[in-house]
Amino acid sequence: MDLKVNGRIRAVDADPQTPLLYVLRENLQLNAAKYGCGLGQCGACTVIVDGQAVFSCIVPIQVLGGKEITTLEGLGTIEHPGPLQRAFMDEQAAQCGYCIPGMIMRAQALLQKNAHASDAEIRTQLQSHLCRCGTHARILRAVRRAARLMQSGGSDSAVNP
Amino acid sequence: MTASKRLAAREGDVSVSRRAVLRGTGALIVSFALPPVASGQEAGGLKPVGAAARLPGSLGRAPFLDAWIRVDADGTVTAFTGKAELGQGVKTALAQVVAEELEVPLDRLKLVTADTERTANEGYTAGSHSLQDSGTALRHAAAQAREILILEAARKQHMPPDRLKAANATVLGPNGSRLTYGEIVSPNLLHLQAKPVTPLKDPARFTVMARPIPRIDIPAKVTGGAAYVQDMRLPGMLHARVVRPPSYRAQLTTVDTTSVERMPGIVKIVRDGNFLAVVAEREFQAIQAMRSLAAAVRWQERPTLPKQSELSAALLKLPAQDFTIFEKRAGDTTAATSLEATYSRPYLAHASIGPSCAVALADKGSVTVWSHTQGVYPDRQAIAELLGLAPEKVHCIHVEGSGCYGHNGADDAAADAALVASRLPGRPIRMQWMREQEFAWEPFGPAMVARVRASLDSSGQIRDWDYGVWSNTHATRPGPAGSMLAGQHVEHAFPIPPPRILPQPEGGGDRNAIPLYSLPQAKVVHHFLPTMPVRVSALRSLGAHMNVFAIESFMDELALGAGADPVDFRLRHLQDPRARDVITTTAERFGWAGRRHGGNRPKGPGTGCGFAFARYKNLAAYCAIAMQVDVQYETGRVRIERVVAAVDTGQVVNPDGVRNQIEGAILQSLSWTLYENVSFDDTRITSVDWSKYPILRFDAVPDSVEVHIVDRAGEPFLGCGEAGQGPAAAAVANAIADAIGKRLRDLPLSGARVKAATGI
Repeated sequence: MDLKVNGRIRAVDADPQTPLLYVLRENLQLNAAKYGCGLGQCGACTVIVDGQAVFSCIVPIQVLGGKEITTLEGLGTIEHPGPLQRAFMDEQAAQCGYCIPGMIMRAQALLQKNAHASDAEIRTQLQSHLCRCGTHARILRAVRRAARLMQSGGSDSAVNP
Repeated sequence: MTASKRLAAREGDVSVSRRAVLRGTGALIVSFALPPVASGQEAGGLKPVGAAARLPGSLGRAPFLDAWIRVDADGTVTAFTGKAELGQGVKTALAQVVAEELEVPLDRLKLVTADTERTANEGYTAGSHSLQDSGTALRHAAAQAREILILEAARKQHMPPDRLKAANATVLGPNGSRLTYGEIVSPNLLHLQAKPVTPLKDPARFTVMARPIPRIDIPAKVTGGAAYVQDMRLPGMLHARVVRPPSYRAQLTTVDTTSVERMPGIVKIVRDGNFLAVVAEREFQAIQAMRSLAAAVRWQERPTLPKQSELSAALLKLPAQDFTIFEKRAGDTTAATSLEATYSRPYLAHASIGPSCAVALADKGSVTVWSHTQGVYPDRQAIAELLGLAPEKVHCIHVEGSGCYGHNGADDAAADAALVASRLPGRPIRMQWMREQEFAWEPFGPAMVARVRASLDSSGQIRDWDYGVWSNTHATRPGPAGSMLAGQHVEHAFPIPPPRILPQPEGGGDRNAIPLYSLPQAKVVHHFLPTMPVRVSALRSLGAHMNVFAIESFMDELALGAGADPVDFRLRHLQDPRARDVITTTAERFGWAGRRHGGNRPKGPGTGCGFAFARYKNLAAYCAIAMQVDVQYETGRVRIERVVAAVDTGQVVNPDGVRNQIEGAILQSLSWTLYENVSFDDTRITSVDWSKYPILRFDAVPDSVEVHIVDRAGEPFLGCGEAGQGPAAAAVANAIADAIGKRLRDLPLSGARVKAATGI
């Protein structure tokens, strides 16, 4: 079936019951969405589907036809990172980094809707995501920094270090 | 020795025999006996002896400089470390060390990490040892390599070496002469025995070390680059899943594989005794087949686990081997008051976010295994024994995984992958554990009990201290094949090795059991429990989490008994100036003297402040932590408002890296201390998903976490990865006690327990 991933239509040969996570990782060779629990309990696999953050480990591809799927790879590249990716680098908001792609996608879904999200709203949104290294404080700082970047249209000058 | 004399020494040494080096002359010597790569490999297996034992850090394990530093004619500079990136930022820190001493730009430096064919054997990446061991070795090797390059440039240009200097991977001379390292180097130039003493760069001249250089691994991790072993995709790779027994002692009685064999994409079902695995073309096919196979297999189970509700009592009843690890007697110990308390902690899970994974390829009688293990060499040994191969036929390469925080399922997954690969030669096998397998089978941080009794004299000083800690071993790492689950589960099972006692001064269950405080009379006993009803091994900081929680909780109980301020009480029992510095720094930055605290306030939400200190292992980093908490009396919920920490980790390589590690240690320890508890019935581990093993979430993240670094430029590296675990646990316990006026001594300090203690 066809899936629209990061703006491109991709033909994938997989059982329609296959959770999106395995199709992203195996068929499309995208690394960012991570297997963490397969139960929708940790958030490591989070991607955006039609503007909503979803757990790709529990969504079968058969319900995704015609929908816009965005993964971390769709937000930017190592050379041209998106605002959240840049903010996570600037804040050094990772230790092992395994949970970070999911965190960024959840934050992206939030900031797309509301770039002025409060600290409490950011925490509430990220509540369904687990980090084991204890990087939480940096993750919150990075999301706040990205929000400022997005508000200023990406110009550096508006960002207070 | 001046540079020109060193040059003479080196040139003269060409004729010195190899034996002279082994006798320990400490001279530089050229040896052509082994090619560079082989030397690293060879030296990796050696234990430091003779002269090598005096070499700094891990140089003693691999005394040739080119085991650590290689300069190629094309100008490529490569550093080799036997330590592994676990998400602690060690790659960046080690690269900074080499760049600084070798005078190479950071972005020109390649770093090769733990690999049994390329790097020295530095054992495990554990115990906050990486900078102390590998950082020290690389620092000295890089500085010595820089000198050799200068001497060689001097020789080539017929100039006195003291007129030359290195910068930017180039040796610069007077009159603008320049030779790049690539132009200077010749084969085997760095194939020299390291010297025991190296003139190191003055910290005042550092431009790369002691700077908050951004981590080199973060850009790929936040943009979807291939960063983890989970991201490996080799040509022809197959996906494997293991079907684990439902409980520790379960025996496979029957399994009907016929229906599973007919499922789409199934390549092979591997059964060997209690080891059962399935291999498929596609990942989701492997998962579906694993589920069907799990439904088709019958196990015989036996109840072997203690009653969880009486865990401490069960531990105290186990046969113990008692070791008095500290004893000091004073003549006169007139005590006015005596206090006694018992503390406990349950089993704790590493609970990595990414379940363990490994890739293995068997080909022509050799096996290559890519693993997020903490010890490639020990894994090589275990896998070789498991497969009946010579160790040199097994190549273990570290590739990052999700953070491990000690011995999790990484090594077991590596053995599973290798065993399955050995049955399907020529096809790379990606073995991925499921969430419930990681939770059920990882070796947990051991449950522990500590009992302490102390007396105060009439002036409120501690006169007498008596401490005992009961614990299993904290190290069942590979090693032998029997330390791996696959080795235990195959039909011709390998014996589980007897539990090891990790000796003082670092210790295992007794890590940090000896207080750093000055005590006129004291006794500390390690009650080592060889019987292990639950699979256990190393969890970040080993026994230090529990011992520091107990000691530092009890210090507060004693301070209360003495009517003293907790910080003053600690300081008046502490001489070590570096210990006192982190304590006073934390107290000042926190505003301890003017803090809001508990006591006899009216019932209602309660604010409390807590303080704790430890020097990790009594020989590594110093860390003091203060916290302010708010306790909701109605729910028992503890909200951490503010955390201030000070750390002295010796010479700092990357201050932001230190902060990141200490912040992480604090939050992780808060999670262990407030929420976590491995659960089980009489047969099975039952906390097998995140709903049954809740950890800290964003709503509980402190409003602020400040980490202050006490600068110790020029001092040896002390490491910092585990220094925060114990103090964070005790600081929150002390803050809760301050807030509610009651002491909780059993972990976790859960909302239910806090609420019960408040009596509302």
